Amino acid sequence: MRLICPVCGERDRREFYYMGDAVALQRPEPDAGAAEWDDYVHLRENPAGVTRDLWQHEAGCAAWIVVRRNTVTHEVLESVLATDLKGASA
Amino acid sequence: MRFSGLRILKEGLTGNKGWSPHWRDPEPKAEYDAIVIGGGGHGLSTAYYLAKNHGMTNIAVLEKGYIGGGNVGRNTTIVRANYFLNGNSEFYSHSLKLWEGLEEDLNYNVMHSQRGLINLFHSDGQRDAFVRRGNAMVNQGDDAVLLDTAGVRKILPYLDFDNTRFPIYGGLLHPRGGTARHDAVAWGFARGADMRGVDIIQNCEVTGIDIENGAVTGVQTTRGAIKSKKIGLTVAGRSGQLAAMAGMRLPIESHVLQAFVTEGLKPVIDHVISFGMGHFYISQSDKGGLVFGGDLDFYASYASRGNLPMKEHVMEAGMTLMPMIGEAKVLRSWGGIMDMTPDGSPIIDKSPVEGLYLNCGWCYGGFKAVPGSGSVFSHLMATGRHHSEATGFRLDRFRTGVGIIDEEGTGSQHNLH
Repeated sequence: MRLICPVCGERDRREFYYMGDAVALQRPEPDAGAAEWDDYVHLRENPAGVTRDLWQHEAGCAAWIVVRRNTVTHEVLESVLATDLKGASA
Repeated sequence: MRFSGLRILKEGLTGNKGWSPHWRDPEPKAEYDAIVIGGGGHGLSTAYYLAKNHGMTNIAVLEKGYIGGGNVGRNTTIVRANYFLNGNSEFYSHSLKLWEGLEEDLNYNVMHSQRGLINLFHSDGQRDAFVRRGNAMVNQGDDAVLLDTAGVRKILPYLDFDNTRFPIYGGLLHPRGGTARHDAVAWGFARGADMRGVDIIQNCEVTGIDIENGAVTGVQTTRGAIKSKKIGLTVAGRSGQLAAMAGMRLPIESHVLQAFVTEGLKPVIDHVISFGMGHFYISQSDKGGLVFGGDLDFYASYASRGNLPMKEHVMEAGMTLMPMIGEAKVLRSWGGIMDMTPDGSPIIDKSPVEGLYLNCGWCYGGFKAVPGSGSVFSHLMATGRHHSEATGFRLDRFRTGVGIIDEEGTGSQHNLH
């Protein structure tokens, strides 16, 4: 599996650190309550198919990226910079 | 059909014509007292102990593929009870005791071999940690022996003791640890359950879970609807999909863990060995293949196969520990779908849905738990109470933060185990 970095292009998987599901970008407010924090930290859709997860191009440009890929076939579909996504949803 | 030495001799002399299938191939009934979804090791042992310990025989195991085709046939076959934390330690101890009587209990040769497991250490700090773990094992009533370098050299002379980067300081020997033939375990439990009247239904995929007024009433399957007020989920890496059918999300992310086997060789590795400085563990099967594995690939995956970087890492670790295996040719590699929880420990609990029970989150360690898991999960399903040896595997420990069982001490977060 090779991942696409929006800055550096297609690179070896070993250059990237895996953070987990891209839910990590939707951090709740500090006082949101136990249920919402449990949702954010622990509970997962865990899809067999297309997923969105958060990686860092650790051994490259160090950018945090959101990768859309297929968990069954390991096909990588699309990558965007996490900062772009955050800007769009803000 | 009972197995015995005499029977094998007789069949051997008469052309092996007297053997019959080990379990029936029944049509699903319209309703059961309990249904176990998932015919892997955990599901089959749950059904077996529901019948044996709790007298529940009008039950079914639903398996979407075939018996022995999932993770139970895709692991490195290691059986051990060398855990440190309360919650894990009494449970795996319970499981190992069941392993020790399993072959007689099932009347089935699962080739359980207590050949001894050695965890190597490579620094003073790691030695201290293993002394502490060994004491915890002994306090639990299990066995642990601390070996110094000479002690390890005596039984494993072929290791690279003077490796510049990872010299071997000694090892923690768990004499009762060992291996078992994994698919025989599945077959043995399937046969044992079937003999007690359990219907084992293969090629039967669950496509929906029926819930009325907050309680389960049955399942929809590719072989029709089946009613039951008691349903146990033992579907490992597929727990996320089954939970979604019941409107739930679980603290589980499915990952791929790879394993490898070489061509058959003459006996060379008599124990199970785990390398303390690179994630690597190895044993030799009775067929002669060196069976070994490493760590997760570390990304969510349902592919049942991994990528090359982890293969390279595992081979490097193996070559560092025992350079002699460089001569062996790898025959094949495979991957299993691991149901990873944030703290690396399992969940055996009731779900928020009445009558729906959860047995999942076995991470990369489910095989040795097979008898123990079935025994405690059947107890929960039959009595509604947690078994005394498995009170810690609660679903709500993640939400509350109380009772986290973080064996590796790395933190309770999805990408850390």
